[in-house]
Amino acid sequence: MIDDANGAEPLVQVTNLKKHFPIKRGIVFQRTTGAVKAVDGISFDIRRGETLGLVGESGCGKSTAGRTLLGLYPATEGDIIIDGINVRMAAGSQQLAIRRKAQMIFQDPFASLNPRWTVNAIVGEPLRVHELLPDKKARAGRVKELLELVGLSGRYVNRFPHEFSGGQRQRIGIARALASDPLFIVCDEPISALDVSIQAQVVNLLEDLQAQFNLTYLFIAHDLSMVRHICDRVAVMYLGVMAELASRDELYENPLHPYTQALLSAVPVPDPKVARKRRRIILTGDVPSPINPPSGCRFHTRCPIAQPHCAEVVPAWREIDPGHWVACHEVEPKFVPSIAAQAIPLTGPALAQSEAGRR
Amino acid sequence: MGNVLLDVEDLAVHFHTPEGTVYAVNGISYQVHEGEAVAVVGESGCGKSVSMMSLLGLIPIPPGEVVSGRANFVGRDLLQLSEEELEQVRGSEIGMIFQDPMTSLNPVLMLERQLTEALMKHYDMNQAQARARAIELLELVGMPDAARRLDNYPHQFSGGMRQRVMIAMMLACNPSLLIADEPTTALDVTIQAQIVELVIRMREKMGMAMIWITHDLGVVAAMADRVIVMYAGYILEEADVDDLYGDPRHPYTLALLGALPRVDQQRAGRLNSIPGAPPNLLVKPKGCPFAPRCPTAIERCWAEKPPLVPVSPTHKVACWYDARTGEPL
Repeated sequence: MIDDANGAEPLVQVTNLKKHFPIKRGIVFQRTTGAVKAVDGISFDIRRGETLGLVGESGCGKSTAGRTLLGLYPATEGDIIIDGINVRMAAGSQQLAIRRKAQMIFQDPFASLNPRWTVNAIVGEPLRVHELLPDKKARAGRVKELLELVGLSGRYVNRFPHEFSGGQRQRIGIARALASDPLFIVCDEPISALDVSIQAQVVNLLEDLQAQFNLTYLFIAHDLSMVRHICDRVAVMYLGVMAELASRDELYENPLHPYTQALLSAVPVPDPKVARKRRRIILTGDVPSPINPPSGCRFHTRCPIAQPHCAEVVPAWREIDPGHWVACHEVEPKFVPSIAAQAIPLTGPALAQSEAGRR
Repeated sequence: MGNVLLDVEDLAVHFHTPEGTVYAVNGISYQVHEGEAVAVVGESGCGKSVSMMSLLGLIPIPPGEVVSGRANFVGRDLLQLSEEELEQVRGSEIGMIFQDPMTSLNPVLMLERQLTEALMKHYDMNQAQARARAIELLELVGMPDAARRLDNYPHQFSGGMRQRVMIAMMLACNPSLLIADEPTTALDVTIQAQIVELVIRMREKMGMAMIWITHDLGVVAAMADRVIVMYAGYILEEADVDDLYGDPRHPYTLALLGALPRVDQQRAGRLNSIPGAPPNLLVKPKGCPFAPRCPTAIERCWAEKPPLVPVSPTHKVACWYDARTGEPL
């Protein structure tokens, strides 16, 4: 858990980050006809040693945000500072330093490992590229250590990825990410491709490693139950922008943004007695296109409490209570109790409210 | 509870592959009653899909082989039916929805053609009648602007909407049993909630029985009457939904529930992970299939497979060990 009082500078600072992908038409004379605004101005900090969760539905820009953060996609606008280095300005040795300090664990343990490389080559690559251990023998020794660290036998060094199960491959990916002694790891849906019984193994491993090496994680996921388990603070994205950010229990017990409330209410609970009683806020429709996002608040087309001004004015990203950030016109500090907790007036065109399950 | 609708006995399905025989389903028996919602839960490779798809002749033979079993559905053994007879059962008596609705819809045909074809064939409707009924069905599953959307192609729909189309197609023939194979796995959680809600509503309206195949113990809790837990091609536990979650008896069920964090509860320490790796289906275990990963396995578990026995009228477990007393049975 993170001590707010220690006043240390955050490890990662993101300010107004944007990533637009141009849409091009034509073959010989290409022209840009629009842009997919995958990430459209998000700001947040990640403190040292903390796990920040980044959640949202598919297409909300959470993975793009993670990749842009590490410079895997060049940012369109905004600032990213990791451990005092501005990622967008960094060049030469500074750029190398960023790549060493900030690593990534990918979602698909089948696609993210080169099938023609041995485990030794895969896990040893960061050591070789960053010239951390130029000596081949020393490198092989370190690879063995790393494998044992993530719970694999050191004897596996000469095997190929196809010889491993999904959970084991994810461990190899984690060993590779650890090889360069990083400070910060972006975990992009690291468990969503794994079976339930294996998910818990990998999550426990990530937690152990964090405690052992004082790692800082950005944990990108759509499994909101797991995010509550593993994260210290959680940020909710919708269609390229931030909807809400708060400490874990504050967000889950006192969600203020109507989107967060709907999202949390839709998560199934593995307990039939609770599940029958749960009130679900069922949103109508699908997530709109990020090419032409709705005006004003991007959520207003599906929002159960949308007002006329929501379609016109973009809500400010404001700190409504200490540490609790939200972008919604209709939320006021402390006075309005959680919408999920009270009866919602059933008005507005975009509303379909229903009781959970069978009554 | 209604009469028995589907009665499966000793079903075993193997796949003959170059690596050897895959023991996918190993002699499972269960019943589904009229109007009942049964969930079949398990991890990938546990045989949950194969055990259902083989009933409808939907597994490739070869390499697949139905080694043994009977599947009594309204007086007929599904496993003995010819391909033509099965075609009559599929869709009209047993409806199906799948995980990926894109692969189940023809991408080059407009929706109208795909929805009306079955109606004209099975119900002797003309074009106009079938179109009117198709619009009715789409409205029933909550498709906005249904009449206009009939002239769209599948790629013009989102994943959630495609699943609604599949549900409309399934409803067209008013089946008495619905088999749903992970229909919400590819969907986002808010869309999943919409589809689960829709299926519950449709089932109430039409009185269909349902088999819902899933790996998600969360979804099951909200919508099933009874739950079957599968592992490595065996049924390990079968119980009414409240019994299964309130009083899980098999160490595997206990471990699965312990490995799930809860969105509605504060963190309670580390997750209980299940040690070891998923089972190797190329080897038929001599004893209990879960023994290699079981924290309470005793010598007998390795040597002898425990039978699925009732511990109460609504609860069956296949384990030598009594989770309540801590004593071997």
